[in-house]
Amino acid sequence: MKTDNQRAWLLVLPVLVLVAFSAVIPLMTVVNYSVQDTFGNNQFFWAGLEWFRDQLHSERMWDALWRQLAFSGIILAIEVPLGVFVALNMPKKGVWASVVLVLMSLPLLIPWNVVGTIWQIFGRSDIGLLGYTLDQLGVDYNYTQGFYSAWATVIAMDVWHWTSLVALLAYAGLQSIPDAYYQAARIDQASRWAVFRYIELPKMRGVLTIAILLRFMDSFKIYTEPFVLTGGGPGNSTTFLSIDLVKMALGQFDLGPAAAFSLMYFLVIMVISYVFYIVMTNLDKEDGQ
Amino acid sequence: MAKITLQSLAHTYVQDPKGPEDFALQELNHDWNDGEAYALLGPSGCGKSTLLNIISGLLVPSHGRVLFDGQDVTDLPTADRNIAQVFQFPVVYDTMTVRENLAFPLRNRGLPPSDVQDRVERVGRMIDMTDVLDRRAAGLTADAKQKISLGRGMVRDDVNALLFDEPLTVIDPHMKWELRTQLKKLHHDFGHTMIYVTHDQTEALTFADKVVVMYDGRVVQMGTPVELFERPAHTFVGYFIGSPGMNVFDAKIDGTKAQIAGTRFDLKTGYKLKGGATKIGVRPENIRLGDHGLPARVKRVEDVGRHKIVRLDMDGLEVAAVAGEGATIPDGGTHVQFVEGGVNVYENDWRVAAENEQPLTHDKKDAA
Amino acid sequence: MTDQTASAPGAADHLPGDVKVADANARAKPGTRVNGSTVVMVLYLLFLLLPIYWLINMSLKTNAEILGGFSLYPRNLTFSNYETILTDPSWYMGYVNSMIYVVMNTVISISVALPAAYAFSRYNFMGDKHLFFWLLTNRMAPPAVFALPFFQLYSSVGLFDTHIAVALAHCLFNVPLAVWILEGFMRGVPKEIDETAYIDGYSFGGFFVKIFMPLIASGIGVTAFFCFMFSWVELLLSRTLTSVDAKPIAATMTRTVSASGLDWGVLAAAGVLTIVPGALVIFFVRNYIAKGFALGRV
Repeated sequence: MKTDNQRAWLLVLPVLVLVAFSAVIPLMTVVNYSVQDTFGNNQFFWAGLEWFRDQLHSERMWDALWRQLAFSGIILAIEVPLGVFVALNMPKKGVWASVVLVLMSLPLLIPWNVVGTIWQIFGRSDIGLLGYTLDQLGVDYNYTQGFYSAWATVIAMDVWHWTSLVALLAYAGLQSIPDAYYQAARIDQASRWAVFRYIELPKMRGVLTIAILLRFMDSFKIYTEPFVLTGGGPGNSTTFLSIDLVKMALGQFDLGPAAAFSLMYFLVIMVISYVFYIVMTNLDKEDGQ
Repeated sequence: MAKITLQSLAHTYVQDPKGPEDFALQELNHDWNDGEAYALLGPSGCGKSTLLNIISGLLVPSHGRVLFDGQDVTDLPTADRNIAQVFQFPVVYDTMTVRENLAFPLRNRGLPPSDVQDRVERVGRMIDMTDVLDRRAAGLTADAKQKISLGRGMVRDDVNALLFDEPLTVIDPHMKWELRTQLKKLHHDFGHTMIYVTHDQTEALTFADKVVVMYDGRVVQMGTPVELFERPAHTFVGYFIGSPGMNVFDAKIDGTKAQIAGTRFDLKTGYKLKGGATKIGVRPENIRLGDHGLPARVKRVEDVGRHKIVRLDMDGLEVAAVAGEGATIPDGGTHVQFVEGGVNVYENDWRVAAENEQPLTHDKKDAA
Repeated sequence: MTDQTASAPGAADHLPGDVKVADANARAKPGTRVNGSTVVMVLYLLFLLLPIYWLINMSLKTNAEILGGFSLYPRNLTFSNYETILTDPSWYMGYVNSMIYVVMNTVISISVALPAAYAFSRYNFMGDKHLFFWLLTNRMAPPAVFALPFFQLYSSVGLFDTHIAVALAHCLFNVPLAVWILEGFMRGVPKEIDETAYIDGYSFGGFFVKIFMPLIASGIGVTAFFCFMFSWVELLLSRTLTSVDAKPIAATMTRTVSASGLDWGVLAAAGVLTIVPGALVIFFVRNYIAKGFALGRV
């Protein structure tokens, strides 16, 4: 049981100051921009909620949002089952297990633009293994030109990049199941499916919640990898929320709309984070019983 | 229910064993009679869980065969052996209700729902959980969960044996007695063959008809609690069972005479010895203090309530003796005497029977 | 213990050529399932490693060979791409810059997160739940939202194009993460240990450094790993906040685009070199990776 102690605030203070500096001040700047307009020359005037209204009616933002949701939905639908499946097949111990762990973590530690670069090269039909092979097989594949090729490559890249995270989390959950559960299941003549359904899945529930929500969050703010790979194209077909935002803010310097966009974007993330947090704390409570 | 026979059974976890030291389980031949309750007793790492898992089929032995009623089941998977096993930590399926837990093994075997229903109700009564049948198993206490795992085993009415792997480890002390009593009652009422693994001698001696003591990968003795207590077949059994354990002295034996720590005394009977290292083992309960015998000094006295344990020093050897609660203990020098019939002779740590030894007939049970 | 007695013979004389034994051993290794798992893992690892292999393959070719024809391995093995990078300060300083701010960030994140995580794991205090949640929202914040304000903030305080600017900016997502992971590990340490230490006369500081930190050493290692990882892989903020002096390697890589087209060989070599530090770090924490990814909550 935790004890009440208001002086604990002192221990939290450094974090508070640091994060306030890194988050609150910039966020205030964003709020400031979001309610002002400018004609250049650093002259600003009050615009009220104009930009928010604009953005809410902006087809461009809604398009980016739908693309974003579609992307996050698709990669979750692939990465979670695939990650669990991989985790179920990972070796439990020994040298081989260490080797697999290290190799699997490798994509997670590659700078995100390099991830983009790797797939940029890999997918090119002139010099890339994937593109060349598909080309030889007669598949009409070109990620800089074709809508489907671009989406397929972006998704393949994300699956390549992040499935290991889901797998490692699921693996950690599986590792915590005592042998006796599997032995009892054999004695009870449980099928492989029943073992998964009644032993493995319930024990992985906590870590899978973390995995799903982490993946949702991170995919929701994806920027660098698709930017390097497709630059948001062809056309706008892989322009996700962050890419659109950066285009607007740094490319076109539309500070007001970009700031309003940012805040709404952040709000969506906040709402989802909140759900995440509630789910997590409830899970912890149940485990504590 | 079945008689379980182990034929030349041995097990090693090593791919290419070089000698006996690579074996987790040394070769053994053993029968577990139908309907008897056995305890498998030994310290951690002595191979008792290995043996249990071989019987249940969770482990395939590297050598030898396992027979159920004369039929070879060595290669049969666990599910086909029809045995039930209760583990050290309660295993329940968290997401299911108690009822679904109990029905699980039956449903997996494709029984019709009405039969499942009947049997679950019956087992629910047996383990005294009728009123919580529809609760989720996750929220129950450890002992309730253990009862569910036991129930899952007994719900199949044709189980060959019930195996227990230290099932009371995580149970609160006051619940231990209750569960053990319930187990004995179930054994009495239904007559399953039961094998109960434990490292706790009290649990073993109170639960079982026969206790199998294991040490260092081999069975060193199988017997009733009285046999283990009166005639430990191996110095380890003497030491392991009893509190405090048996006193074991290096001794020279020469005909009917023995010598411990420079003092000779008469054994009153001869032993057929082959010239190995000899030892004499005497239970603390079989030692009396008095005016003659082997000289010793009292070092300290521990009062444990019902009796006193006297720790003595006999020419550098440590001796423990049990004295009655009312007995006066001499302060300092005294003599140690061995009660007649309470002396066991060991050669290379294995017991050697006296030439005139009678089988144990008396039924006194003052072990613990 | 000697064992010449009949009841405990050694089993060694049974070993060779025993048919039954061979059968038993064959059963002990259930063939199909293990093989199935191996096939799955081999396929998955192939999928993971093939693009990386391709990058390495490219980095060992000359541009002429890359563009000249398709080949599965370098026909004319060359290290000239690596030479280009390792002899040109404007290239290799990118690595140095990245390493500097990554290490700075890791040190800062862990040193502020340790006491905070302790407070969250041990005490109730006013607003603790809200504070924890607020910290987490920063982990979830899209860096794109902060890119421009960061640029202005750090420019106005004169920190633009310094290592510390990037290190501080990365604290935005690394500090919450560090608090979160450490809290998970600290919760696993029984509170009685704290109490015993206080009874033994330790001050809070002494207890924390001498007793508590060694207990969660693996947690600290895992946290450091994650701070390192997320700071190392991030590009958007580090690129926005630097121009020359603190420019990270990831941003330097865009240089390969020149008038004559992309210098694929050097680009690939630079990419390979960015993988190396991560691979080294993983190796050291390999035994804790799984638990770490579960944020200490398994």
